Amino acid sequence: MTGLLVAVPALLPLLAAGVSLLVSRVRHAQRVVSGVALGAVLVDAAVLLVVVDANGTVVLRLGGYPPPAGITLVADRLSALMVLVSAVVTIAVLLYALGQRVADHGPTVTTSFHPVYLVLSAGVMLAYLTGDLFTLFVAFELMLTASYVLITRGVTADRVRAAMTYVITGLTSTLLFITLIALVYAATGTVNFADLGEKLADVDPGMRGALSLLFLTVIGIKAAIVPLHFWLPDSYPTAPAPVTAVFAGLLTKVGVYALIRVQTAVFAHHDVWHVLLVAALVTMLLGALGAVAQDDVNRMLSFLLVSHIGYMLFGLGLFSKAGLTGAILYALHHITVQAGLFLVLGLVARHTGATSLRRMPGGVARQRPLLATLFAIGAVNLAGLPPLSGFLAKVTLLRGGAASDDELGVVLAGAAVVVSFVTLYALARVWVIAFWGGAREGDADAERSDAELSPVMTTACTLLIGAGVAMAAFAGPLSAVADRAATHVLDVTSYRSAVLGGQR
Amino acid sequence: MPINTTLVVALAVIYSAGFYLLMQRSLMRVLLGIVLVGHGANLFLQAAGGPAGEPATAGTPIGAVSDPLPQAMALTAIVITFAVTVLLLALAYRSSVLLNDDEVRDDVEDRRIRQAPESEDEPASVISLREDGQ
Repeated sequence: MTGLLVAVPALLPLLAAGVSLLVSRVRHAQRVVSGVALGAVLVDAAVLLVVVDANGTVVLRLGGYPPPAGITLVADRLSALMVLVSAVVTIAVLLYALGQRVADHGPTVTTSFHPVYLVLSAGVMLAYLTGDLFTLFVAFELMLTASYVLITRGVTADRVRAAMTYVITGLTSTLLFITLIALVYAATGTVNFADLGEKLADVDPGMRGALSLLFLTVIGIKAAIVPLHFWLPDSYPTAPAPVTAVFAGLLTKVGVYALIRVQTAVFAHHDVWHVLLVAALVTMLLGALGAVAQDDVNRMLSFLLVSHIGYMLFGLGLFSKAGLTGAILYALHHITVQAGLFLVLGLVARHTGATSLRRMPGGVARQRPLLATLFAIGAVNLAGLPPLSGFLAKVTLLRGGAASDDELGVVLAGAAVVVSFVTLYALARVWVIAFWGGAREGDADAERSDAELSPVMTTACTLLIGAGVAMAAFAGPLSAVADRAATHVLDVTSYRSAVLGGQR
Repeated sequence: MPINTTLVVALAVIYSAGFYLLMQRSLMRVLLGIVLVGHGANLFLQAAGGPAGEPATAGTPIGAVSDPLPQAMALTAIVITFAVTVLLLALAYRSSVLLNDDEVRDDVEDRRIRQAPESEDEPASVISLREDGQ
């Protein structure tokens, strides 16, 4: 019965995507199907987290093949946490997208958005739950192929170039991923994470290091780690707000999750951790500096997204319990707040008709106090000021960095503080220009677009920004769970025995 | 595991040709590069399975047949690369219709920002921040 809990988040959205295609002619049916499927995933994820936290790792062997031969789905605390938070984001973004659709086109239009969006969420969930490298590849492909369709839907002349860049970059990393799988299989004859961890211990350390670095490169492209980040600020801002929000919230974090899972369970931690720490440092600094230079608010947020990937790498690179707890908390916090901020700025762009700071009329705070409040909370949260969830995650990370016996860890902790201030500066700039001050010219435009802000869309934003506040309110239990999750992730033997069965 | 030299050389040639094409400006060449590297990767999966064995018919001892797992993985990978290549072709067609050429261009906004500080109209953002900061 518990096995079913693991299967639902990955399989139900896929099934619903098929149904959604079938019922596309029936009024409201697509919306109901998407809502029911993602709602069921959310409930399932909550139950899964409770079950996993109480009883330990749940393993589902598809087709009944004993591992390492068959496909196994594995849910430990880390997977369950990621599934739960991602389910919240998928629901909120769905709400927002529905609101936007109804506001723009009226209630009757059917759309290819729903099936594709459901496939995307299935891919994301499968990536969290898979127990082998090849299924991870398939999950990434599900997710990326759906994202290719989402980013190129109704593409216009100025967006087609950015979409091309996105697809070609994604494909290149896909091809490298296949190459990695071939190399890993040639070296060990298995792709199961638990089994791989054992067999790679006998492989020559140089070979193991090379495989680990290739994996870092593949995921580096997907998770936008500097210097492999160039495609992200180019392509994300061109997509519609809900698409950008779900990409920014989920896709890169799936990469981070895969990195955490594989670098701990498969590759021994001494192989690439120094590279990881340096990459984390460069990612944090370059991303933040890039954000300050931007004029378009969505590009600014995309650079901040790149920058904050560095924090999660930092936590992973420390390879200590505190560091990993910080990385997990940071990933959970960042999924919600980044998606929330993209949605809020999407609403601001609808309200003002501009995404460029130079053309923003200003005065949003007076015209739209709710939007301004949401942005302020999200911005403060992203910058990591107390008392919100960003602060909780950052303090845990900094504590891990300060406690590390390597001086690079301490340097990174310092850099993390500096980058927080740069983040705050970049967001304060948006606040000052777009929200403060009297409306300059274009007042009439603002009045006209007032009606277009549907309550459904603001509810979706409130849900995501509120999730950050809720995480801070329940900081005690949350960090306790994250702490247990990190302990389990580092305890590789218990992961192996849970997956491979009790024979050892 | 014995290594098949012919396959290794073929793989090296296919990968280098593919990645060379990937780095070109013309979209068509990029696409061909992706197709080439995709074939290379699938061939690599086959090579990773070890030397060929007996066909898997009734009566063949289990140890003598080829390893089926890399073949299954290659099949999956072929389907995925095929689907995405088709998508990319459609997109390339769309791009050539909309932009009238098939050149892959640089990030437009990035170039604009790089040039902006030198021009006399300073970004509005910097100015208003200064006003508020003092």
